[in-house]
Amino acid sequence: MTLFRCWLLRSTGMAAHLKKRVYEEFSKVVQQLPHEEVPAKKLRLTKPSKSAALHIDLCKATNATDALQYLLNFARKPVEAESVEGVVRILLEHYYKEVDNSVRLKIASLLGLLSKTAGFSPDCIVDDVISTLNNDKSKQVLAQLLDTLLVIGTQLPENIAVTQRLIDVACKHLNSTFFGVRNKCLQLLGCLGTVDKPLTKESETGPSASATPPRDVPSLISDYFSDQDPRVRTAAIKAMLQLHERGMKLQQTVYNQACKLLSDDYEQVRSAAVQMVWVLSQLYPESIVPIPSSNEEIRLVDDSFGKICHMVSDGSWVVRVQAAKLLGSMQQVSPHFLEQTLDKKLMSDLRRKRTAHERAKELYTSGEFSSGRRWADDAPKEKVDTSGVNLIDSGACGAFVHGLEDEMYEVRIAAVEALCSLAQASPSFAEKCLDFLVDMFNDEIEEVRLQSIHALRQISTNITLREDQLDTVLAVLEDSSRDIREALHELLCYANVSTKECIQLALLELLKNLTKYPTDRNSVWKCLKFLGARHPTLVLPIVPELLSTHPYFDTPEPDMDDPAYIAVLVLVFNAAKSCPTMPALFSDHTFRHYAYLRDSLSHLVPQLRLPGRKQVAGTSSETSGVGAGSLESAQHFLQESLARVSTLQNLDSPGAQELLHFTIRDLQRLGELQTDLAGSADFCATYLHCQLLLMKALQEKLWNMAVPLCLKQNAMASTAAQQILEETYKLEFLYSGLESRQVATIHNVRLQAKALQLILIARTKRGVEPLLALCEKFLQEVEAFQRLFITELPHFQDSFVEKLLELMPRLVACKPLDLVKILQTTLRQSRFIHLKLPEQIHRALATIIEPTGESDNPLRFTSGLVVALDIDATLEHVQEPQTVVKVQVLYPDGQSHIIHPKPGDFRTPGPGRVRLITQVYLSHSAWTEPCQIEVRLLLAYSSSSSKLAAPKPAWNESMEGLPTSENLIEGTINLSKPVKVFIMPKPARR
Amino acid sequence: MPDIKVTPLGAGQDVGRSCILVSIGGKNIMLDCGMHMGYNDDRRFPDFSYITQNGRLTDYLDCVIISHFHLDHCGALPYMSEMVGYDGPIYMTHPTKAICPILLEDFRKITVDKKGETNFFTSQMIKDCMKKVVPLNLHQTVQVDDELEIKAYYAGHVLGAAMVQIKVGSESVVYTGDYNMTPDRHLGAAWIDKCRPDILITESTYATTIRDSKRCRERDFLKKVHESIERGGKVLIPVFALGRAQELCILLETFWERMNLKAPIYFSTGLTEKANHYYKLFITWTNQKIRKTFVQRNMFEFKHIKAFDRSYADNPGPMVVFATPGMLHAGQSLQIFKKWAGNEKNMVIMPGYCVQGTVGHKILNGQKKLEMEGRATISLRLIDGVCASVIILEVKLQVEYMSFSAHADAKGIMQLIRMAEPHNILLVHGEAKKMAFLKDKIEQEFNISCYMPANGETTTVTTNPSVPVDISLNLLKREMALGGPLPDPKRPRTMHGTLIMKDNSLRLVSPEQALKELGLSEHQLRFTCRVHLQDPHSDTDTLSRIYSHLKSVLKGYAVQHLPDSTVMVESIVLKVSSSAEEPDLKVVLLSWCFQDEELGSFLSTLLKKGLPSAL
Repeated sequence: MTLFRCWLLRSTGMAAHLKKRVYEEFSKVVQQLPHEEVPAKKLRLTKPSKSAALHIDLCKATNATDALQYLLNFARKPVEAESVEGVVRILLEHYYKEVDNSVRLKIASLLGLLSKTAGFSPDCIVDDVISTLNNDKSKQVLAQLLDTLLVIGTQLPENIAVTQRLIDVACKHLNSTFFGVRNKCLQLLGCLGTVDKPLTKESETGPSASATPPRDVPSLISDYFSDQDPRVRTAAIKAMLQLHERGMKLQQTVYNQACKLLSDDYEQVRSAAVQMVWVLSQLYPESIVPIPSSNEEIRLVDDSFGKICHMVSDGSWVVRVQAAKLLGSMQQVSPHFLEQTLDKKLMSDLRRKRTAHERAKELYTSGEFSSGRRWADDAPKEKVDTSGVNLIDSGACGAFVHGLEDEMYEVRIAAVEALCSLAQASPSFAEKCLDFLVDMFNDEIEEVRLQSIHALRQISTNITLREDQLDTVLAVLEDSSRDIREALHELLCYANVSTKECIQLALLELLKNLTKYPTDRNSVWKCLKFLGARHPTLVLPIVPELLSTHPYFDTPEPDMDDPAYIAVLVLVFNAAKSCPTMPALFSDHTFRHYAYLRDSLSHLVPQLRLPGRKQVAGTSSETSGVGAGSLESAQHFLQESLARVSTLQNLDSPGAQELLHFTIRDLQRLGELQTDLAGSADFCATYLHCQLLLMKALQEKLWNMAVPLCLKQNAMASTAAQQILEETYKLEFLYSGLESRQVATIHNVRLQAKALQLILIARTKRGVEPLLALCEKFLQEVEAFQRLFITELPHFQDSFVEKLLELMPRLVACKPLDLVKILQTTLRQSRFIHLKLPEQIHRALATIIEPTGESDNPLRFTSGLVVALDIDATLEHVQEPQTVVKVQVLYPDGQSHIIHPKPGDFRTPGPGRVRLITQVYLSHSAWTEPCQIEVRLLLAYSSSSSKLAAPKPAWNESMEGLPTSENLIEGTINLSKPVKVFIMPKPARR
Repeated sequence: MPDIKVTPLGAGQDVGRSCILVSIGGKNIMLDCGMHMGYNDDRRFPDFSYITQNGRLTDYLDCVIISHFHLDHCGALPYMSEMVGYDGPIYMTHPTKAICPILLEDFRKITVDKKGETNFFTSQMIKDCMKKVVPLNLHQTVQVDDELEIKAYYAGHVLGAAMVQIKVGSESVVYTGDYNMTPDRHLGAAWIDKCRPDILITESTYATTIRDSKRCRERDFLKKVHESIERGGKVLIPVFALGRAQELCILLETFWERMNLKAPIYFSTGLTEKANHYYKLFITWTNQKIRKTFVQRNMFEFKHIKAFDRSYADNPGPMVVFATPGMLHAGQSLQIFKKWAGNEKNMVIMPGYCVQGTVGHKILNGQKKLEMEGRATISLRLIDGVCASVIILEVKLQVEYMSFSAHADAKGIMQLIRMAEPHNILLVHGEAKKMAFLKDKIEQEFNISCYMPANGETTTVTTNPSVPVDISLNLLKREMALGGPLPDPKRPRTMHGTLIMKDNSLRLVSPEQALKELGLSEHQLRFTCRVHLQDPHSDTDTLSRIYSHLKSVLKGYAVQHLPDSTVMVESIVLKVSSSAEEPDLKVVLLSWCFQDEELGSFLSTLLKKGLPSAL
């Protein structure tokens, strides 16, 4: 003991000097980092050989086919940034000599590909490419060369001189007779052209242009809207859109041209034109455009809305999808126009505002088209005055009606989405589109049905369902698809209904659902919870009926285990929460049941303020701690307990263990009571638990005794170290919302645990050899810590890590046994680090809903064959569940299988929640009697995931040279409680 | 001017007996050859004597095209081909070819075997007739002969229904047959490209209807059936064997599947099984959903729908029965109706149109008591030796009407017109009054002429076909070199050339080439003209004054002063002379060749104005 003290004194004296050295070394390390990552030596070796090889290959090629083959082979391999220049030169050299078009074309395309290489600046080859462009005769090659220039141009966006040159080149070749060349020129203009700067060198392009004033890029592009080739027309529109995307403001004059293109013969032109019209409608929503057929005017956004609506009944489904999608984002459109989209008949009012007189006439004549829903109502009426009423072609009319009954489900989905986003912006429209969305619940494709239920959920805050609407909505509850039913439950959680009959109806249907599909239990209960909480006043009048109470007679007490009865109670209790008069209607057993449910299903049954005569035991005392749901006080409590713990300066201080014990217990209980803080509380508790374990392991008597005398303690300490390690992995990977400071803290604890392990090994094992490697590894980890958490270091005053880093130079130099000794002291001297909590921590959580583990009937199957087990689980706060969540199956003989569910098995019903519905295949050799297997979910982690992602190899996707990090740790954490499944593999019958 | 003639023999301002004759570019085509449901005499078939009084039709018709298998579109086919006589090709799509003979045979059986008619076509005739059929694929261009080509487009309506484009040269006609613009549970929507035909012959069954959304109708239908079943009632759906029946089956089948319902659905047997077989086969003609999912499960392999047996009608408990025929006028559907009519829990759903006089029509109009002829009951009254009994049937069951007809509504027709962009429209297959309404709408909306001829009335439409001319590449290139950078497709351009009409072909070549080909020598045509000028200067001075004047006016032209006292402007020669008597009156001799006519006349008018004194 004295010896340690002595050393400590010396070391404090040296501290200043050492610190300086550490920082010096540290800064050096940072500088060296980039050098380490680039294997420069290797590159230099390959460079000459690569271009030379290419040169030789190309010279060897006797005919075009061979040369092409060489080039194709060459293109498969990556080229490093330094050697690009050389390769380009060789390619160009061959280009000049080559007579075959296809080879020249390939070379041109290679030039483009090469100039994309990261770290290579392609401005040196601009001149060459342009000069070849001027000399080449083949149109295909020209187009390819322009494409190469396009690549170069996009690589050098800030080089104005190059850009200007490229624009000039593009203008010059615009009047080529080959569509490909024109296409590429327009692309170039779109990608590089600027609006403000007129084209100065325009006069050179042709003799006829001399008279015209200098023109800007958009007007030049717009000339090609009427090109004879549809591909060029498309390219022109796309170039214009590209200009827009690059932030140039398009002129409104383009609008008319774009509208004309909407009736083009070719679908790709129409498709691009729809986009264009939409862009313009967003740019100039409020400007006024005339209506061609009359002398009136409307807002541009309305006009374009009508036009795009028209495209929803286009001949090509690609255009239809696009039009339907775009409609959703046109929210500035007048409500008047919007509502037309849902009505096929009322078409006339769209195009012009009409006098009241005319409107009255229309009302009179509105019977002119029959709906086909009633028999014989299409008998021709008296001749109506049809003059001036333009009924059919008024764009917006019934656009959504058409879209929703389109043949292609892609269109239908787009229409549903558009309807949804428009309805979110306009409550009155939401009201109107309700019926249509409800109709979609009946679609033949499940995806569409699901989408429309989701859409309705999203707009349901805006609307109140009428009884008949609710009726149709509820009809879907009988759907055999689980997804549909659950989506509908979700919808009902958010829905507003208008009358008490609606509540009754909903309850009835949900109970029906419950009897038909018992597995929906949780979902139905949850749904009723929200339904009750939303409509207390509507529930109130039907409470006696629901609970079947009678004013005079006592009714039999319902069965408490009946899910249907629980469902009713959930509805009533949640309604009672905001309706204090309701409990008066309860009968005695209802209160008892309340107490029971409040305890067993606390997430569904709220805290009720019950009348004084019947205080239910247990509830009041329990809740006083949490207060009436006050989050703040819980938060406060959490902070306080943490502060209390942080007063512990040293691990050895008396009473520290007790304090930790109690705090951990408190925190765990807090997490259970206050779900919002569960993540934080759990996190802290686990962290403190680590500290506690560490503390116990470092108890003095263990270390002062000789090894053989305290084998038991030794074993205890090593399990503690192991446990701490596991806990730290949990801390790091199971909780989301951690900041790098918390991660650093966790790593610190992990280092402590590893140090402890090292010490224990040193104590038990004889010989230095195994220790050497372990020490080496440990030191590497310390360095890694320093690399990763440099910015966090100031927070780690007096911590284990900080002390280690101070001693680092000595540690590196000294012998393993000395090192262990130093570690031992540091471990005991180091200060307990106060945990700082981030805003929100969530613990990843999984619950296996199915299988329930309650079944006594074994799953029988023939051994050697497989049986599929349905797994249904909910995951909360799991990042990227598709990659990290696994299913583990543990057989009684200790065999364990880990199954990776398909990405498609993960569904996201809401933010932060993921549902895993999958099947795992079980198989085993024959057993004599049924036995239980365990199924659980695992969270896979790897320590590399917390580090920076490795840079992607450039140019092509070859993964050969990717370095694998040495100290990669992979493992799994249990994510859910195991569920037992009874299975029985039978021997195969011969 | 060439024209296209269209004469409906049936379906002109009428529904049923579709048969339309088209003469286009010297070809005669018959579109559809149907029978009329409403008649049992000669009026049931089109009047083929319109085409020729005696002899066979083969010489007068180039081809016959059948749009789909409904009897009002193909019922008269064996009669025409075998009894009247036609040996030319008959075109129809594959499914139509498969299903059509089944329906014809069924029709024949009812007419001959049940009603006992004679002088009707036989089974053998149906077979012989079908041998003349040439099958069509969608979007396949079939060359009937060198000039006439036809192409089929998808029409929805029923399995295998097609619209046909008939094309001779640049003239074309599109005949829609029956079509449906809204997809249903088993078929897609009609589609046509922008083929801009001269005439679009379209059906107009629902000329005055704009139907509600299909979804509404489906939902109502399912809701009604579902409610009735839940009440424990029986639901009767009278249908015709093919077409709507399959759609409703799929609708109910998927609903049953989705909702996990257990009540049985029956389909009265007969044609159905055979027909369903074809529905299973021709998956490519159905809609997206069925096409995409048939690998897992063919939608036409019904799980819940079973064959009906007469005895099932008395079974207790809920059930749904599809029974033929559709208008409740006879057969199984009527029998079941009689059994179930008395119970108010039961329901009958009429999914389509009902002809006047049928039971279906009566109950739809709200009649609560029906007089039925009952053959089964023995009557005690003898009236003129005929045994007859009248039962009063009280209708207590619910009667619902659901329009599931697969015809385009007014908006659908308009949509098709917009898709095809025709120059003229001709309405058939509809009631006259409703047609007139739609005709007004079309003319007003699209500003194109629309016709609605009655049966036997010929509509003539003058066309303006473009005449293709081969142009020599050299000439084209020369023109290109002269003109701007690119041809503007929107604007016509004039060019010089010689049109050679030889051996039924037209060619445009350059004059030189034409001369060479025809072996003619070129004749120079020169114009000369004298212009009198008052000018006091000497001849040579005048000439040089003229030269400088022209030089200043005609910039960009080659103006030369030649030593032999002439001035050349391009190829125009100017000379000045004066007589001795009047030295001031100069005579300017101008001479130009025909090609420079424009410049020459410009010069002569310029000189007539005199020279400016400033020179």
